Order: sequence, then structure tokens, then C-alpha cells
Amino acid sequence: MRWVLIGVIVASTTASEVMQALGMRRHGEIRDFRPGALGRAMALLARNGLVIGGVVASAISFFAYMGLLTVAELSFAVPATAITYVLETLLAKFVLKERVNWLRWAGASLVICGVALVSL
Amino acid sequence: MHTETARLRMKTWLCAIVVVLSNVFGNYFMKLGMPSSLDTPFDYILALFRPAVALGVMLLVLWMLSRMALLSWADLSYVLPVTAIGYVLVALAGRLLLHELITAKRWAGIVLIVAGVSLVSVGTAPQSVARKAEAAD
Repeated sequence: MRWVLIGVIVASTTASEVMQALGMRRHGEIRDFRPGALGRAMALLARNGLVIGGVVASAISFFAYMGLLTVAELSFAVPATAITYVLETLLAKFVLKERVNWLRWAGASLVICGVALVSL
Repeated sequence: MHTETARLRMKTWLCAIVVVLSNVFGNYFMKLGMPSSLDTPFDYILALFRPAVALGVMLLVLWMLSRMALLSWADLSYVLPVTAIGYVLVALAGRLLLHELITAKRWAGIVLIVAGVSLVSVGTAPQSVARKAEAAD
């Protein structure tokens, strides 16, 4: 059961974050943090298809994670879902066309190894 | 151009701090308030009305919104490793609040994460793809 939940969490988290990153890029840089401006930004984002898709996918991920926490410890849940770092960094390079230089690859690799060590 | 880079970096750090703290404390309160079993879909809804779970959910909503704001100007391949410093805070919070033991293996993991976060946050700029200014209504 826990591995099914982890599969759901990894797939939905990865889809969610790539869609959110793309949707927010299309929205443009948020510069005005006054409440009124943030409210207008949220009204626009509520009509942004990629952001809506990202939020739906993250809701799926959230409920699957709630379920996982009832059958597994945090120390199992956290490292098992860290595989999303690999998938998302690959998608950031090939789908989002970000320049992932060697420092970012090195940093992401260290983080993945570190997360595994911290939680296993 | 230099001041633009500095502005973006400062803004990125401030927003990343909000993202990390809301995530760490959100997850902490969720775990604190979660009942030992969730058998029916109705149990999931009921769990949301427990005070600790409700506070956790509010913090996780703040986490999601601040993270979306961060992604409006920063790369995903920057945000991911940098916000992983949260794992270190979770380990330290477990030590301080739940009195969990930090083993040698855990300390090694903490060192690796801190090294990875430092490489990306200090060594690379937050943005590799230019963004347009936010669309007006």
C-alpha cells in the first residue's frame, strides 16, 4: 500500500510543480506585494489553466501524503518521495528549458544523497 | 544590471525563507494533529477540523502561495535544491521538539544537504530564463 501511495505522490508532485513553474512563468514576475495587488494576482492565477492543473495535482499529492503518514513514519515518507528531485530537475532542463549548469546538478545530487541519509 | 541582480537575489532569499519555514511548521503541525487511522473519506474531512491539522493546513497554503510567487521569477531547478534546507530544519526540529536522536548518518546527510543548498544558492543566479513583468488586469 505504501508503495502505491508513493507512486501516486511522486507522479502528482512532479506534474504539479512543472505545471506551476510554467504557469507562473507565463504570469510574469510578481513585484507588488501589497494585499490588493496580491488579490488581483490570485484572481488572474485562478484563471490560469496551468496553475489550476498544478493545484489539482498537488491536492491529489497532498491527500495521498496524508494517507501515507497514517501507514508510515515521516522518516520513511520523506526520503521515498525525494525521487521527485531527479525527475523535476530533468524536466526543468528539457521541458522548462532552464539552464541547469554543473553547480545545480552537483547541488541537486548532494541534496538527494543528503535527504536519503537524513531519513533512512 | 548589477542592482537588478542584487534586487532579485534579495527578494529570492526573503521569499525562500517564508517558503521553507511555512513548510517545516506546516508539516510539523499536520503530523502532530493527525489521528492514528483514516479509514473512510469522511475521516479525512473530520481530521481537517482538528486545531493542529487546521493550523498545519493554513501554513501549507501559505507555503504553496509563497512558492508559486517564488516560481514567478526563480527557476524550478534553483527553487528545488535551495528549499531542501527544510529537511535539515525538520531533522533539527525532530531533535529539539520530539527528542529524536540524530545519528552519525543523519548528521552526514545534514552536511550534504547544507553543501548542496550552498552550492546552488550562492553559486548560481536564481533566474536563467528572463521573465516578463507581471501582467496587469
